[in-house]
Amino acid sequence: MVKLPIYMDNHATTPLDPRVLEVMLPYLREDFGNAASRNHVFGWKAEAAVKKARQQVAELIGASEQEIVFTSGATESDNLAIKGVIEFYKSKGDHIITLKTEHKAVLDTCKRLERIRQERLDELKALRLSELSGQDVTEDNLAELAAKYDVENDAVYQKWAERPTGGARVTYLDVEKDGRVSLEKLAAAMTPKTVLVSIMFVNNEIGTVQPVAEIGALCREKGVLFHCDAVQGIGKVPFDVEAMKVDLASITAHKMYGPKGIGALYVRRKPRVRIAPIIDGGGHERGMRSGTLNVAAIVGFGAAAELARKELAEESARILRLREKLRKGLTDALDMTIINGSLEHRLPGNLNISFAHAEGESLMMGIKDVAVSSGSACTSASLEPSYVLRALGVDEELAHSSIRFGLGRFTTEEEVDYVVELVVDKVRKLREMSPLYEMAKEGIDLKSIEWTAH
Amino acid sequence: MAYSDKVIDHYENPRNVGTLDKEDPNVGTGLVGAPACGDVMRLQLKISDDGLIEDARFKTFGCGSAIASSSLVTEWVKGKTVDQAMTISNKDVARELSLPPVKIHCSVLAEDAIKAAIEDFKKKRAARQAKAS
Repeated sequence: MVKLPIYMDNHATTPLDPRVLEVMLPYLREDFGNAASRNHVFGWKAEAAVKKARQQVAELIGASEQEIVFTSGATESDNLAIKGVIEFYKSKGDHIITLKTEHKAVLDTCKRLERIRQERLDELKALRLSELSGQDVTEDNLAELAAKYDVENDAVYQKWAERPTGGARVTYLDVEKDGRVSLEKLAAAMTPKTVLVSIMFVNNEIGTVQPVAEIGALCREKGVLFHCDAVQGIGKVPFDVEAMKVDLASITAHKMYGPKGIGALYVRRKPRVRIAPIIDGGGHERGMRSGTLNVAAIVGFGAAAELARKELAEESARILRLREKLRKGLTDALDMTIINGSLEHRLPGNLNISFAHAEGESLMMGIKDVAVSSGSACTSASLEPSYVLRALGVDEELAHSSIRFGLGRFTTEEEVDYVVELVVDKVRKLREMSPLYEMAKEGIDLKSIEWTAH
Repeated sequence: MAYSDKVIDHYENPRNVGTLDKEDPNVGTGLVGAPACGDVMRLQLKISDDGLIEDARFKTFGCGSAIASSSLVTEWVKGKTVDQAMTISNKDVARELSLPPVKIHCSVLAEDAIKAAIEDFKKKRAARQAKAS
């Protein structure tokens, strides 16, 4: 009998590998030293452990240890990469290109930079209008004065606006139907002001693997830096910063069976990439990220990286076989199922599937002993389904009917068999209860009905 | 998010799931919500000529709270007169099922479904009477 509950949400986080925990334990006990303490054995031990872990993480991605900056996780790494590049290269340009399907850590960082730029432009506009009109510019008369003096086309204002604002302009590219970026569209979006492209390695919802090597080559050719949020793919799909010409890469330990709260940013040395820090202090991590190092977590990160490197090929093949068993089991037994995102360019452990006319949240309620995720955001205040599925052009009803299965290192064949049987049974039950399934079976075009949106 | 015991009970043992003949002159059908919003409820009421609700059936596409809300109202309306059924409000449904604020729209849909089904029945009856006279 299979043990419940079953964990199939390995994109959210992965369990800590017991072998990783073993390596960490001494650093939570007797080897508690501060890696920055240069004058005693406690510090030296910690420093040596961090150095080893840095090599292990570097080796996983084909980097050198001097290129690894430890952070609190991938959200911080994404913030550091994007804000750090924009600040450091502000005299060169301020344009970022990213995708609509990126993680919120990238999208919201970009949105903040856009806001900063807009606020700065608004200040400059008010200043120029004050000069032109000889009046104090307030919120009340701003619009009126702006129209009167046509400030947008004022040569002086335009010159001021070309100066660095501390923020950025951002292009959010659409993806193709399979979730991948079009290289032609990426190239076309580049301007002389473009300093950074930020595109993820593997999407966290649909598991789509982006053509990272092609993106890297294009960016290198155009002299644009390339940041890659590589969180979901590292340790599961081969990733090499040299071969793929990646300049900055965000990684986190807890998606590869390491501990939470530790991540890294890879920052290329040759040709050298510079970033301004976002956390100031004691100058740790070569000034790029101050703060006492979390030695035990870093040691765990290193151990997890080494395991991932050694076991990647075998593990990915095993997980892919299980994923295909799950996919075939579900799609053979059920009609009206749709796989979201490319099947070919896909993380081995990801299955994102819509069961038409069976709502995702109620399906999750029916399989409560199986931990998965849904693209239905019925629980959130917005009622908006997944923005990633919407960006693929997935119909809203199908987005509400989507389930994300995330298989991992500890997923077993018995678990997959159990999940197939359970999900098939629950989808059938929900469809028996679904007016939409009945109507679809009767051949009614659901699009032809005038629904009362609420 | 944790569901209340009553929501779980209705979700696991939904009452009165099914379809009535929508061509039957005594059957009123209410279809409310939208697939794009993630909830669609269809409530069907079989109403006698003197306005008594003799039977009720539902089918719902939606979350557990939406299914529970529609299942609950089928129980409530059976045996009531049309006028009594019209007084059932979403607040009663939300209270009975202890719905959290983000799920209040499910109870609103259930109320709308009752009203839509009765409306449909009344329209049919009016059409029939117009034909007869």
